Amino acid sequence: MDEVRPLLELTGATVRFGADAALDRVDFRLYPGEVHSLMGENGAGKSTLIKAITGALAMDEGELRLAGERVSFATPHEAQASGISTVYQEIELLPNLSVAENVFLGREPRRGGVVSRRLMRERAAAVLEDLGLTLDPASLLGTHSVAVQQLVAIARAISADVRVLVLDEPTSSLDLDEVAELFRVIRELKARGVAILFVSHFLDQVYELADRITVLRDGELVGEYLTGELLRIDLVQKMLGREIGEVRARGRVSEDDAEDGSAAVLRARGVSVAHGVAGADVDLAEGEVLGVAGLLGSGRTSLAHALTGVAHLESGVIRIESTDARLDSPRHAISLGVVYSSENRRRDGIVAELSVVDNITLALQSERGVFRRIPPARRRELAASWVDALDIRPPDLDRPVGTLSGGNQQKVLLARLLALSPRVLVLDEPTRGIDVGAKVEIQNLVSELADNGMSVVFISAELEEVLRVGDRVAVMRDGRIVETVAAADLTTDSLLALVAQPGEGED
Amino acid sequence: MAAMTTARPKSGPSEGRPSVVQTFLSRHGGMMPTFAAVAILILLFIGGEIFLRGDFIKPLTISNLLINYAYLLVLAVGMTFVILTGGIDLSVGSVMAFTGMLGAKLLADGLPVGIAVPAMLLGGAAIGLFIGILVQYFGVQPFIASLAGLFLGRGLAFIVSLNSIKVEDPAVLWLQSTRIKVGDWVITPTGIIALITVAIAAFVLHLTRFGRTIYAIGGSEQSARLMGLKVGRTKIAAYVISGTCAGLAGLLLTAYSNAGYPRNGIGTELDAIAAVVIGGTLLTGGRGYVLGSMIGVFVYGTIKTIINFMGAEQAWMQIIVGSLLLLFIVVQRAIVARAEGRR
Repeated sequence: MDEVRPLLELTGATVRFGADAALDRVDFRLYPGEVHSLMGENGAGKSTLIKAITGALAMDEGELRLAGERVSFATPHEAQASGISTVYQEIELLPNLSVAENVFLGREPRRGGVVSRRLMRERAAAVLEDLGLTLDPASLLGTHSVAVQQLVAIARAISADVRVLVLDEPTSSLDLDEVAELFRVIRELKARGVAILFVSHFLDQVYELADRITVLRDGELVGEYLTGELLRIDLVQKMLGREIGEVRARGRVSEDDAEDGSAAVLRARGVSVAHGVAGADVDLAEGEVLGVAGLLGSGRTSLAHALTGVAHLESGVIRIESTDARLDSPRHAISLGVVYSSENRRRDGIVAELSVVDNITLALQSERGVFRRIPPARRRELAASWVDALDIRPPDLDRPVGTLSGGNQQKVLLARLLALSPRVLVLDEPTRGIDVGAKVEIQNLVSELADNGMSVVFISAELEEVLRVGDRVAVMRDGRIVETVAAADLTTDSLLALVAQPGEGED
Repeated sequence: MAAMTTARPKSGPSEGRPSVVQTFLSRHGGMMPTFAAVAILILLFIGGEIFLRGDFIKPLTISNLLINYAYLLVLAVGMTFVILTGGIDLSVGSVMAFTGMLGAKLLADGLPVGIAVPAMLLGGAAIGLFIGILVQYFGVQPFIASLAGLFLGRGLAFIVSLNSIKVEDPAVLWLQSTRIKVGDWVITPTGIIALITVAIAAFVLHLTRFGRTIYAIGGSEQSARLMGLKVGRTKIAAYVISGTCAGLAGLLLTAYSNAGYPRNGIGTELDAIAAVVIGGTLLTGGRGYVLGSMIGVFVYGTIKTIINFMGAEQAWMQIIVGSLLLLFIVVQRAIVARAEGRR
């Protein structure tokens, strides 16, 4: 392959924000017909590199060559015109327009200056067909599921004359079937000679798809490797630049304790939420971590909402500490010691514009009410102790939380909840979209909290993680808890089988 | 958020043939508020007919809508562009007064129509451009920027003259005084101009790249920018169009009242906004139709006509339009909330 000339070549790329170099003399090559994965922790410079390629950001130094020719893009539009298309993690499409328009907006087929809707629909149908989607191109985008919208975004990217396709975390909102569908499409594009830059936090997906991996760390290039020649453990090590802290083995709660209903801190029976979860039973003992595994749409988030007063219960009872609790609001749940961390950190979690101190003390202050203000010195002291305890980096209390990396944002969120001294912590995908190092830290933190007697419900899309952290695992499918199994009795494969089992298997 | 958690069948590759109704809803769900406006218009007509014992539904009443509210229709067309981008233009009422005064003054000074009319349109466009630049390049909220335009327009109108200026130019008077009869139906050149404006706007919004970009910006400005659309240019153009329409409305109102008057159109911008919203355009942008705005103007005009026929207090006009506006905004919220819940 090395005889072929790279389609896209970046040399000596340097981007500085103030004094800090977000990207320091990085070289990057992309060959036609390959899938190249860019790996690194958050803050390693992945998104900066992508932005430098797609024209969203100007480089301070370095040059970009496309098919041997030196180019520089002032806007994403110019990059697009040269055949570099990008699909972003957050779907950047327009729900108020039709599918066809979302595919062709900005380069609609025209006849004499007039947009031809019929032609646009036909071409859109053809592009969607290519992706194996039978979708009414005239329907409004907003009427489709997130996954379909993601595929439409890809249809948009490939409908242009695409030479380089940049996929930035395209799978984070897709379930397994949809990921498989997406991979099929990516392989097809690859066969057509498109150079694909694929960024994902899921190592499995990277290993399944990528031909080549480039690793970045702290804005510097660590190296470029062929996927087949790089062991997974080596990859993670190169990304982290240190030995991964082993997940601490923790004394599992014995089976007896878990089975013994009287020890349950939280006990739910027959909990149902409209369009979410039906007849779920949950027992959570003191110091226990209950992992929840299930696909997107299996009701795992609804379950979390039901347990924490976010969603209104249609039926069922929740007992906390052997008293019946009719949770009617998150506030009520918090007063009973049950706190919830949302899967959507940015929207329902942190307040990006506020400082670390404000974010950490937010819930505590709210709990105390307006008239019992926490003195500023006390607030800082409190926040500082959490920043220290959770190793939030950089340890700058006044920094707006929005400028921290995903992992550190999550820690700030955890600190806010932990400041309430809860009894039960419900974490919905706390490690989504954060780097491997921070992931391990958060997993360790959860184990540590459980060792100290806290009960945790840990929801995650990553089965390994659920197995590693949970004492028991509740498997959800189609809004029901189909089984609750001790984690020790499960392997990733057996859990996968439970999660993925098709509906017909049930009676 | 709810959509992430609900266990519902995917609308995806393996779906059977959807029914005609489903197809229609998935394609034209955004038209529902406009249909509602049509329904309300029909109800108003039926109501008027019942109250007035069969003296309401006749060609003359309907023709009068266009004769009396041609200026409002043109304002509503311009306003639709701005609201579709997610903005608002509060300046149109006073810009209409200013351009009316400007035209009347130029004509009174003996300048020909061929200069006075383009000057009116350009005057309106210039204020629109000013607002657009404030919004786009200085990041001023459309509400505030167009409020500045409102004061500017009103001030300029008073600078032209403190008193009304009579217009005697035959060409301008012809616009309103000519009655073109088709059977029992009557239309004036002003009405024809208004209808042509609607037709051009509908064409531009639905069949040109510029028009689709207007919708895209209303859907999500950030996404539109990432898609490589010309966001800045298009947004400014929307305000220029609204300003130009206000200039044209100034001409129509001058023809209608035979004079320019500096206190014309106080509060008319709110009537135009009400008509656009009643016609089914979402104030948050991205959804709506210029034909809906036309229906909105007719609803507005019909309510006013009924109240006139009944000899009731004009204050009822405000209350009824206010209630309708409230009703429509609540309906729109419900529709948007449902759309968001589905995702």
